[in-house]
Amino acid sequence: MSRAGKIARRTFLIGSAAIAGGVAFGVYMVSRDPENPLSRDLGSDEVTFNPWVRITPEKITLITPHADIGQGVVHAQAALIAEEMDLDLGQFETSFGPPSPAYWNTAMAVEGAPFRSDDDGLVAEATRSFLGGVFKILGFQGTGGSSSIPDSYVKLREAGATARETLKAAASAEHGIPAADLTTKSGHVILPDGTAIPYTALADRAATIEPVTGVPLRDPSQWRLIGQSMPRIDMVAKSTGTQTFGIDLTIDGMVYAAPRVNPNRGPLNGYDDIEARAMRGVKDIVPVTNGIAVIADNTWRAQQAADAVTVDWGTGPYPPEQEDHWKEVAASFTEDRLDREWRNDGDVEATAAAQPIMAEYRAGYAAHQPLEPINAIIRVTDDAVEVWSAHQFPRFVQQIVGGVTGHDAEQVIFYNQFGGGSFGHRLEFENLKLAAEIANQMRGTPVKLTFSREEDFAHDFPRQIGMARGKGTVLNGRIESMDIQIATTSAARSQFSRLGLSMPGPDGQIVSGVWNAPYMLPNYRVRAYAVPELAPVSSWRSVGAVTAAFFGESFLDELIHAAGADPLEERLRLADTPRAAAVLEAVGEMSGWGRDPGENRGLGVALVESFGTMTAEAIEVENTERGIRILNVWAAAEVGTVIDPVNFENHVQGGVVWGLGHAMNCEITYSGGVAQQTNFHAHEGMRLYQCPNIEVRGIELSDRVHGIGEPPVPPAAPALANAIYAATGQRIREMPMHHHIDFA
Amino acid sequence: MKLTVNGQQHEVDVEDDMPLLWVLRDELGYTGTKYGCGIAQCGACTVHLDGEAVRSCQVPAAYADGAEIVTIEGLGTPDAPHPVQQAWIETQVAQCGYCQSGQIMQAAWLLETNSAPTDEEIDRVMSGNLCRCGTYPRIRAAVKAAAQKMQEA
Ligand code: FES
Ligand code: FES
Repeated sequence: MSRAGKIARRTFLIGSAAIAGGVAFGVYMVSRDPENPLSRDLGSDEVTFNPWVRITPEKITLITPHADIGQGVVHAQAALIAEEMDLDLGQFETSFGPPSPAYWNTAMAVEGAPFRSDDDGLVAEATRSFLGGVFKILGFQGTGGSSSIPDSYVKLREAGATARETLKAAASAEHGIPAADLTTKSGHVILPDGTAIPYTALADRAATIEPVTGVPLRDPSQWRLIGQSMPRIDMVAKSTGTQTFGIDLTIDGMVYAAPRVNPNRGPLNGYDDIEARAMRGVKDIVPVTNGIAVIADNTWRAQQAADAVTVDWGTGPYPPEQEDHWKEVAASFTEDRLDREWRNDGDVEATAAAQPIMAEYRAGYAAHQPLEPINAIIRVTDDAVEVWSAHQFPRFVQQIVGGVTGHDAEQVIFYNQFGGGSFGHRLEFENLKLAAEIANQMRGTPVKLTFSREEDFAHDFPRQIGMARGKGTVLNGRIESMDIQIATTSAARSQFSRLGLSMPGPDGQIVSGVWNAPYMLPNYRVRAYAVPELAPVSSWRSVGAVTAAFFGESFLDELIHAAGADPLEERLRLADTPRAAAVLEAVGEMSGWGRDPGENRGLGVALVESFGTMTAEAIEVENTERGIRILNVWAAAEVGTVIDPVNFENHVQGGVVWGLGHAMNCEITYSGGVAQQTNFHAHEGMRLYQCPNIEVRGIELSDRVHGIGEPPVPPAAPALANAIYAATGQRIREMPMHHHIDFA
Repeated sequence: MKLTVNGQQHEVDVEDDMPLLWVLRDELGYTGTKYGCGIAQCGACTVHLDGEAVRSCQVPAAYADGAEIVTIEGLGTPDAPHPVQQAWIETQVAQCGYCQSGQIMQAAWLLETNSAPTDEEIDRVMSGNLCRCGTYPRIRAAVKAAAQKMQEA
């Protein structure tokens, strides 16, 4: 049978299963005969049960298999289930999956079954993720806008509804009352006489009866949780130091490891560890790919000893000096590096205006560096590998770790953890590969590998580097033409190559937000150029849109000013969708656009569609004696449905801070092949005193739910540059901007 | 060395220059205190040492000998949170939450020394604590809410 044929036969059924001491509700992955979709072909090797809800006499557990990297996805997944189940927040626990190998293998090996079914599915998922934005796949806001997300948005509620109705059926059987006369409330089935039976008391009975499936989902008007501000279930733990992250775990018999790996990504020619071996607490020093790792009895001792090893690094695979990276980018605007012409409206070559306006833009590398350094605990035995870490692609973790240790992917048990941020960093596998290499050399002993901040900076695969060339004309107070060429390295191609895959077709991220700009310009051309890989790069919160939109929305602003038009009004005039107009009007109103901001002050605006979400931001700055001060940001995003207004606001504010902070002062530059920025003093981002007032509005126009993790990022930098221009007359054409202007 | 953490006495045998951060985390298991940078740039490791907010990654063990340390676990608990923690919960500050132990310890110290800080004072005292997730607007709001709570108490 062909691969494609196999996929077509896969399907999912909501059902239940008896488990030790109770019942589980979830999704069966089954094969179906495509000729007869009603037949169920439940060959034992073809069936996988993926539970979302477990009920035992003691407690209710909602299973939320995806790593929570700060976006509240555990809460969102649980809320979707609890909505239909009539559970209150606080009446259940959540789990990424139980720490039992057998259970994990049968149930969790397919980890979030709706997203993946077999190897082809995995590749398809990777493709969607890299091109469509990883945060969406993983469900910022709980769901997101890609095709797989509305599916899980439905599936989790279906699982909750099936659990609820099956519990009612169990109560009906137990008390001889028709199910139709029963109701549910706050984790109880309510009998007509008002008696309330806790779900937990019905677990045994529910396990023995046929699950009630095909339950219609409630109308959104009946929702109690979704769409409301909910106290996020991880807030108490995260405010009392009781939230355990991967870096906080200990396993009996565990040793601590610190890596020292060639920071220019070349080989290790030789090393001398005599002194390091003599240091207190050091148990061993082992070779790993391109470096060494120290094994000790605590993290600090391991780090100290790793620093004490004398190393001879070989040279790396890419140009050692930053200047050469820029030269390569600048040399990429050629026919043979044209990745694709993405848009060509009208004819940019046949314009009437005499004098074209030209500008060149650039954006450097930037690091992810979530605040929790990457880490992993791995224990290897002859027939299993256990992995504790926070990761966004559990299935790849199994494949990659198993590849290192010589185990099958199914023998790798992955216990996902809460992550202290990611921004794309926990899509990579450096920590896992290294920990697996070390643990494989000391089978039986759990090894906890923690990167120092300096090692983490050195091995971070940064955001792509890129440049843009814009050419445009204005005529009679309007833009006549805009022709923009964007050349960047490709995060998607770089990530694919590390997974041993090659990416088919052009990389749409190079021009994300620009080729699909919601404007009706009479003559508009967008061309993407692929810069061959320099330093390896990776998806960084909002991927290609962060660089492309800075170029596109800044250059558009230049043309609008050249035409003598108003930046907001002109964008509104050009806007070709109601969504674009709605977010522009919203920020216009919120910012009081058109008022005189006063001396040394200016307002700028930007509009970007990325990952399905339309976002406009207006920014007000003041040019003070100490530099630019960002006073206010007004952000409006059209996302279909706002699932939780507080979480939504928090994420938009966070995205704005992320976008502005990095645009102000963050970049990675290379010298000798090594990232010159080694810690936060040199890659600072925004600090609290610089944080503007940020007002947020969610707009609900479209039918589909769109993500909010990434879309607030791309408009921030161009809106800032446009505001600085309005306040000072100085046009900033580079990120980070501190090369050209100070920030107060 | 001897030290008191959250009212409990401990004796540990470590190098004089081992940072208090690692004594707390790896030797004593107080993992609420976080490692973020190791060079006084992020504030994730903030604890109270004899009543002062300090970056525990910068305090050598020898200096902490005999000291009274309070960590996030000692400030309050899920069942009995400190007013600052209560304000953090109600304001829903956290995203990933990794920086928040340090933010809260810094804010608690600020409010102990200054019960009604101005915006400028909040900016000055809280700007050594990085939040990569960008929760600053909510941190500001929570500090003010906590100040209110503590004044009413
Ligand atoms: S870990 Fe101490 S300040 Fe960052
Ligand atoms: S909440 Fe993630 S670093 Fe602050």
